[in-house]
Amino acid sequence: MTVAARFEIEYLQYLKPDGSLAAELPPAVANADALLPLFKRMLFVRTFDTKAIALQRTGKLGTYAACLGHEATHVGIGASMRPEDVFAPSYREYGAQFERGVKPRDVLMYWGGDERGNDFEIPRNDYPWCVPISTQCLMASGAALAFKLRGENRVAVATCGDGGSSKTDFYAAINSAGAFSLPLVLCVINNGWAISVPRKAQTGADTLAQKGLAGGLHCLQVDGNDLVAVLEAMRRAHERARSGQGGSVIEFMTYRLHDHTTADDARRYRDDSEVKAAWEKEPFLRLRKFLTDQGLWDEAQEKAWIEDCGKRVDVEINAYLETPVQPVEAMFDYLYGDMPTDVLAQREQAIALEKRA
Amino acid sequence: MSAQPIALIEAITQALAYELRNDDSVVVLGEDVGVNGGVFRATAGLSATFGTERILDTPLDETTIAGLTVGMASQGMKPVAEAQFDGFMYPMVDFIVCHAARMRYRTRGRLTCPMVLRVPWGGGIRAPEHHSEANESIFTNVPGLRVVMPSSPQRAYGLLLAAIRDPDPVIYMEPKRIYRQYKELVPDDGEALPLDVCFVLRDGSDITLVTWGAQVKETLEAAEKLAAEGISAEVIDVATLKPLDFATIAESIAKTGRCVIVHEAAKTAGFGAEIAARCAEECMFDLVAPVERVTGYDTHIPLFRLEMKYLPSVDKILAAARRAMAHS
Repeated sequence: MTVAARFEIEYLQYLKPDGSLAAELPPAVANADALLPLFKRMLFVRTFDTKAIALQRTGKLGTYAACLGHEATHVGIGASMRPEDVFAPSYREYGAQFERGVKPRDVLMYWGGDERGNDFEIPRNDYPWCVPISTQCLMASGAALAFKLRGENRVAVATCGDGGSSKTDFYAAINSAGAFSLPLVLCVINNGWAISVPRKAQTGADTLAQKGLAGGLHCLQVDGNDLVAVLEAMRRAHERARSGQGGSVIEFMTYRLHDHTTADDARRYRDDSEVKAAWEKEPFLRLRKFLTDQGLWDEAQEKAWIEDCGKRVDVEINAYLETPVQPVEAMFDYLYGDMPTDVLAQREQAIALEKRA
Repeated sequence: MSAQPIALIEAITQALAYELRNDDSVVVLGEDVGVNGGVFRATAGLSATFGTERILDTPLDETTIAGLTVGMASQGMKPVAEAQFDGFMYPMVDFIVCHAARMRYRTRGRLTCPMVLRVPWGGGIRAPEHHSEANESIFTNVPGLRVVMPSSPQRAYGLLLAAIRDPDPVIYMEPKRIYRQYKELVPDDGEALPLDVCFVLRDGSDITLVTWGAQVKETLEAAEKLAAEGISAEVIDVATLKPLDFATIAESIAKTGRCVIVHEAAKTAGFGAEIAARCAEECMFDLVAPVERVTGYDTHIPLFRLEMKYLPSVDKILAAARRAMAHS
């Protein structure tokens, strides 16, 4: 048999679900100490997420997409980036965005029905939350093309879900990144479910990472609940991107422990036993065990830290709740750089109606 | 400098070259826009002059072109993308509507999308299926976009410069049937035209003929014939469909009392319907005759053996104008 080409997909795992090491710490993690601040920020994300869900349940927030269970992947992706890079998320990667400088109040503003949530103080060039599935991947490819054409040493990182890997836009991002050899990192966060449709119904492919092979990208599958593996995978992808070796597709294996959004009820379509099993592998258990074994963490520290996180999240929640609604003319003010006269006339009508009310 | 008269398509090339020379952030991308110079030759010679890093041949995928364009535009570049034909634009609509048109809006101005999507537009060139669509009203209904359609070499040059310099996404539709209809002098002076002003191409006092794109040709011919019958027709080229400069149309109707709208797209919910509605809202008491629409039928544009029967013609315009003139 003559073989035209042969491919394989490497799988990365360093920290096993029981907290023991599957392999020596990789170059991305200098030592166990380096993991501690990231673990603490993962705890902040979970605290935020819990409180955001509660806000929705009490009518103080619109529909909210929880990130429960994705914290290692999200924080690891964000932590791997440089400030000048550009991140293009879908709509639940808060952990990555907090690493980039997005504020919890921005998240709440967006899900609370206010566009100002997308006007991040920093990072100014990152993309806002992206609802049309996987279109952010192709926009990120365009951003990477801009960086390449301008000779800038910057990387565009996009995230999508396992369902998102079925979209034309995802394939187009892979293909264009390969064709132009772009500094693009496509992160497929495989949490098992696209609302009610399981991963196996999305594609006949063995891995989602291998979809990158067709476009000539570097492909990797990693344990997305293992912060160490996430950091190492991202280090490799960034190194390739920055050294002109082109783009990567990384599949992060994790699990959506919560409903798709607060408007969803996952009990309708998946077994409790599956969710229970996923809780055994969630990202905190193993990292907490590992750090505790290293003498870097204990229960008292965790209790104090979570209390501190709660206070900081409450400050953000209050900032969100106390932000007045935008004036009605805000509907018109950001439509065009140069406002057309017809839009201006409608703006005046809207203001006049407000005054009458 | 072009000392020679040039055709509409050459004016587009001239405008692209001018802006590529004067603004480093401008890039051109699309299918076959590079060494081939575009299937209609709109980018002829640009690759040789500006290189493959400014004139990008993309993979053959319209979704890719649209997505890359929005990505580049939102990161500080000014991409001018080409959709090879009007009928190939539909995969781009997701990016145009969901991202290009609302990037400024949803980020409160943090990210913007200063891009141009050029598209050879309309029928009448005996092309295969999907190469002859008049689909401007799909875009005129989208907030955040500008929709432009030149009908002469000079207007093509000035409006394309304006479109590239505009801070927001512009759909720039090129009536391919009149790409090479005639030539005129187009000084390469970098002078842009406003993106919100109609052009009055012929003054008249009896009837207002409102049109855009390739139908400007038939409409002007109809006006000439009407003149021979002693009817003075004013001809307005809308050119900037969105935002619509209705004031110029209203001013004309105040003078003539009659309005015939001519467009190539299907009648129902075509852009003529918007103009007719504005006439009803704002010109009711100036009108002495019902507003007439001469449009494509509510069918798909047929394959080319029948396409000329689908398109507005001088005779159809004359018939509508005479019906309007019967009222006084």
